[in-house]
Amino acid sequence: MKRLPTGGRLIDRTTTFDMIFNSRRITAHPGDTVAAALMANGERMVGRSFKYHRPRGIVASGAEEPNALMNMGEGEWLEPNQRSTVTPVVKGQSFESQNHWPSLEFDVGVINAKLSRFFPAGFYYKTFMRPRWAWKHLFEPVIRQSAGLGKAPDQPDPDSYEQFYAYTDVLIVGGGIAGLHAALEAGRAGAKVLLLEQNPNLGGRALVDVVDIDGKPSPDWIAATIAALEDMPNVTIRTATMAAGVFDHGYVTAQEQVATYTQGSDAPRHRLWRIRATRIITATGAIERPLTFAGNDIPGVMLAAAVRDYAELYATAPGERTIIVTNNDDAYRTALTLHSAGIAVPVVLDARPEATGTLPEQARAAGIRIETNAAIAKVHGKRKVTSVDICDHTGAGDVRETIPCDSVAMSGGWSPVVHLWSHCGGKLNWDEANAMFAPDPKRPPTGDDGEGFVIPAGSATGDLHATQALANAAEAGRQAAIEAGFTPSVGAAPLATAPTEYPMLPVWMMPINAPYKLRSKAFLDFQNDVKASDVALAAREGFTSVEHTKRYTTLGMATDQGKLSNINGLAILAESLNTPIPQVGTTTFRPPYTPISLAAIAGDARGPLFKPTRKTAMDAWHDANGADWEPVADWRRPYTYVRDGETKRDAVHREILNTRNHVGMLDASTLGKILVKGPDAGKFLDLIYTNMMSSLAVGKCRYGLMCSENGFLFDDGVVARLSEDSFLCHTTSGGSDRVHAWMEEWLQTEWWDLQVYTANLTEQYAQIAVVGPDARNVLESMGGMNVSREALPFMTFAEGELAGIPARAYRISFSGELSYEIAVPASRGQEFWDAALAAGAAHSIMPYGTEALHVMRAEKGFIMIGDETDGTVTPLDLNLGWAVSKKKEDFIGKRALEREFFHRTDRKQLVGLMPENPDDVLPDGAHAVEPGTNIYGQKNMIGHVTSTYYSPTLKHGIAMALIKGGAQRLGETLSFPLEGGKVIKAKIVDPVFYDKEGARQNV
Amino acid sequence: MKRYSAFALAREAFRNHSGWERAWRAAVPKDEYDVVIVGAGGHGLATAYYLAKNHGISNVAVLEKGWLGGGNTGRNTTIIRSNYLQDESAAIYEKARSLYETLSQDLNYNIMFSPRGVLMLAQTEHELRAWKRTAHANRLAGIESELVDPQQIKKIVPIINLDGPRYPVLGGLWQPRGGTARHDAVAWGYARKASAMGVDIIQQCEVTGVDRDANGVTGVQTSKGAIRCKKLCFIVAGSSGLLAEMAGFRLPIESLALQATVSEPIKPIIDCVVMANTVHGYLSQSDKGELVIGGGTDGFNNYTQRGSFQHIEETIRALIETFPVISRLKQLRQWGGIVDITGDRSPIIGKTPVPGIFVNCGWGTGGFKAIPGSGWATAEMLATGEPGVLAQSFSLDRFAEGRMIDESVAAAVAH
Repeated sequence: MKRLPTGGRLIDRTTTFDMIFNSRRITAHPGDTVAAALMANGERMVGRSFKYHRPRGIVASGAEEPNALMNMGEGEWLEPNQRSTVTPVVKGQSFESQNHWPSLEFDVGVINAKLSRFFPAGFYYKTFMRPRWAWKHLFEPVIRQSAGLGKAPDQPDPDSYEQFYAYTDVLIVGGGIAGLHAALEAGRAGAKVLLLEQNPNLGGRALVDVVDIDGKPSPDWIAATIAALEDMPNVTIRTATMAAGVFDHGYVTAQEQVATYTQGSDAPRHRLWRIRATRIITATGAIERPLTFAGNDIPGVMLAAAVRDYAELYATAPGERTIIVTNNDDAYRTALTLHSAGIAVPVVLDARPEATGTLPEQARAAGIRIETNAAIAKVHGKRKVTSVDICDHTGAGDVRETIPCDSVAMSGGWSPVVHLWSHCGGKLNWDEANAMFAPDPKRPPTGDDGEGFVIPAGSATGDLHATQALANAAEAGRQAAIEAGFTPSVGAAPLATAPTEYPMLPVWMMPINAPYKLRSKAFLDFQNDVKASDVALAAREGFTSVEHTKRYTTLGMATDQGKLSNINGLAILAESLNTPIPQVGTTTFRPPYTPISLAAIAGDARGPLFKPTRKTAMDAWHDANGADWEPVADWRRPYTYVRDGETKRDAVHREILNTRNHVGMLDASTLGKILVKGPDAGKFLDLIYTNMMSSLAVGKCRYGLMCSENGFLFDDGVVARLSEDSFLCHTTSGGSDRVHAWMEEWLQTEWWDLQVYTANLTEQYAQIAVVGPDARNVLESMGGMNVSREALPFMTFAEGELAGIPARAYRISFSGELSYEIAVPASRGQEFWDAALAAGAAHSIMPYGTEALHVMRAEKGFIMIGDETDGTVTPLDLNLGWAVSKKKEDFIGKRALEREFFHRTDRKQLVGLMPENPDDVLPDGAHAVEPGTNIYGQKNMIGHVTSTYYSPTLKHGIAMALIKGGAQRLGETLSFPLEGGKVIKAKIVDPVFYDKEGARQNV
Repeated sequence: MKRYSAFALAREAFRNHSGWERAWRAAVPKDEYDVVIVGAGGHGLATAYYLAKNHGISNVAVLEKGWLGGGNTGRNTTIIRSNYLQDESAAIYEKARSLYETLSQDLNYNIMFSPRGVLMLAQTEHELRAWKRTAHANRLAGIESELVDPQQIKKIVPIINLDGPRYPVLGGLWQPRGGTARHDAVAWGYARKASAMGVDIIQQCEVTGVDRDANGVTGVQTSKGAIRCKKLCFIVAGSSGLLAEMAGFRLPIESLALQATVSEPIKPIIDCVVMANTVHGYLSQSDKGELVIGGGTDGFNNYTQRGSFQHIEETIRALIETFPVISRLKQLRQWGGIVDITGDRSPIIGKTPVPGIFVNCGWGTGGFKAIPGSGWATAEMLATGEPGVLAQSFSLDRFAEGRMIDESVAAAVAH
């Protein structure tokens, strides 16, 4: 079958272009989906199933398609598992079917189908256990290769992606007649409305199943309604935009296939919408269910409504002789559509005892043969349908007749699309008459006010008939508007008129008493190859919870997430367990509704925009002057400045010695700077820090520690009291955001009665440390404020000007040298840096990086958060007990620090280490051991190296370490066994290696 | 229990698989048990199994309010590793990992333990130092674990982007004997063998109250009636605080939703587990072909097992930077599980203030990998009444004493 002579509502039959499928050229019309084009080119087999590698054809016409998944594009443009039923055709685009080797037609994996008798549900749990090595080296590699579907690209993604943030009063998901009319109602009431439709076109089923709405054929009504909506400025419509997930508080994600995107264009490929909606209307329609009979997976067996979709919308059909099998009136529409398109319909098999509704009578009048109490016993064919065995539905499959045909259209009834309703907790009722789970309007997902925020509309409510669907959509639109605070106008809802339909008959296994032979060929999940017999096996083996059945059989775990298989599967489970379906229940509906690209989730936060690098005011200067960069939290900092001919180690040593002997400069701008201000600022900081801060005099600085509630040290820094009610708290570079959030958490959740504001000023200042014996000379020669020993003693600060730049100078030291840290407005940081360099030229000033900083602080025994601390270390362990107030009534960690274990003398305590051999440098993290083993049989580890360097100042390896009972072990020699048998011996010494008296800074 | 084997499969193939029996008995509660375990997740079922196997105690009931394995056992990202820093953690996780190696054979159930290796990336100097320290500690603790350089990493994971525009890969901690297992199968395998050894696994049986007298626990009230017991153990991640409240004591636990997601299945692109802590993401590929992706915990306490978007977004961004070829793949499904977080992010295995009631909880984001070791240690405690070597450091009173076992240095993100 190629194109039908007439029809094709969505395609432009005057234009054709080529595409490539499995290296074959196929022709398409604009408006086709890829699946429609494949069908119109006679392609029957479009893929292989997951487990048995059985031939698979197109089943559906929408998002529920389990089979027709393609590798789309090539190279860097490759996208696997593309659902061809919803993919618009693009000229020249290439597609490849998946999961076969070497080709779709000749697939080695089909051996699995031959052996399927040995591979029932969960067979892999029962075998592949011996010999033990074989799982990893033999069985699993084979399974991994044969599993999976499409291929990942082997190159980075060349496309761009973006995200939109939207707020709306009413979000409507679904652009069928229900969604459109609900939008009209809410829009007329004045609500801001956003309507999303996953397909490129609006109208839903009413484009195919034409009904009369207020005297107009539904396609005309749809066009008029769209026009009316487009005239409303408060209504936005987005097509090709699939609502993916509903989350708490009316948060919805949706993925848009951007219409202007083409391969290689600048337009983003996908746009992820992040929507906050006061009310969400799910006008998501319903999905037809397959019937479960032997051979229902053979290419050519399709959903009945999909068959007429292809005929009406794309003017194509799966064959020239189509048998229809149904349990309801709706499928007769397919019979009528095909009949009038000139396609033979040898018979309609109706499982019901009689078929006398309007639609069956129309079919009968058209001369179509109808068989009642009829079922398919078995479909014949391998790669395509060749004939069908007919039997009594109420029997066990005794063949009444075999009818040749090339396709089968099946309908097992409809299931409303309840995914979005259910994502956030909406509950379902079992509707016995229509054999479906439908939203229970009394148990919607609720928001923080306890009110439901999702309203189902149209056939998604379970009201499948157009008249009721349109009526309830009007009601939903008004309700949403009212609940969002608007007043809808009063008016009659449009009236849809369609043939009445007689009740359907629930049919779960066809025929009812099918034996194992048929049940083991009757598929529930086409992609994952789950058969009716598999579900029965699961039930027999005690996997009686629907979640167990799902996991044991993989039913509904394929890329379609069970859109076709779930209800049929749980009905078979219920039958196997002899319990009612509602008692079996459904599995949980999880976002996304259909898969969305990882790239869209990431949005534009990729490459340089993924965690953008924070740069200080002097960053460009560093980069131009040999900076070897090191990432520090979100910043980058010069590790050292390498000069020609130097190694990094040479550079670091040069910087240290120059600073110790002359003067060095450090860009310390990354240090966190948090302003704490308010009448209760001192009281607040007394609670945050272990030390007393309220007693700090204005103009003075104090080194402070912060502990967690558990008493562990987590940040430190110098606090300066700027005025009576303002403190500037310096934090570690990595800790500024964390400390600020920590302060805010306490202020907002525990101490909300304190009158305190905090502000993170980290980026407002450039901060430059001028360090070394000549530091004062350099600053004095820059001109400005008095930085003399008397005017600016140790641990004080002063404000003024230096080199004409407003500056705050802190007399603090992290190196043990005479040292100032100068804060200037960030905008003048480079100017100050240049001025200091110029002023220091006579004193051989040079910048130093983070490594020199680390070595110099280690030489002085100063701790570094993250090196000497790891979340298990208290101030007492680090000999910092002096900074833990004993006077304060309370502070964070006080109670924890009083616990007995924190005062044991065998805790790991900070010590210094000097390797026996002066040139040895202990490796980072090396552990000291004592003879014997611990209770676990592990080597007896008594502590570890926390910081370790070669000190060019001392010409000796030095290290800091946390050693059990270290405070009492001064002078002992410890063994550090390294990989490969080497042992370094080191002596425990005082952790202050250099200038213990502090003479160098006391000048 | 009829043995599973290729032979049995072949035999059943010729009789339409009609001979397979229930994997575990559909037990009805007896009036009294020696031990009642609340919670039929991996830890609870493993505890029951080792009670029967190691201690000959099989008059045991495992009560489950839903379906067995339906909590975090069926929701985690299936990573198994033991390269922990602290001695106590290394001991119990390594015990678990080594039991996993032979668990399929022990249970006669293929739990698909797949030691394809776990790689933890270092993307800052600080992280590299932390892994160096862990590697030293692991070596001395007898755990195979090594520091690998970027070139070795590229060999192990060819799809990795070492140069990341932001955080270059500086090295990694590689545990070749770590890997993954089929999470559901772990629960099912333990349930089957425990049931065969006499343990009653009772699903759809919710504990509604705890009975006690002056001497301690006497039993539980359940939706299926009262059950008496001599010893009671709560192993109910996500509901630990609720059960403790019923029994009249409190636990130092916060319950948070941990987020996870999988991609659509694709042909194999990555063999091992990779964890990138600096950028917050970890990933492996299941035998089905799905990329299994772990995110972080929500920033607020709750009991809903639902997915949220924020952490997934952050995690996906990080992983696309780390593995650029995954960008065009699609997210199939996301979900959440409720994890118990303790003050030191280590578990609690121990006695409670109520005599006869024991607790196993607080595994936080890393419980799956511990299941066999945890069950082993908990069974020993229940059998003897006292925690043994593996469990003793994880006692509840450590929080009062300050004897914390903090792995935060080695677990900046969920693990």
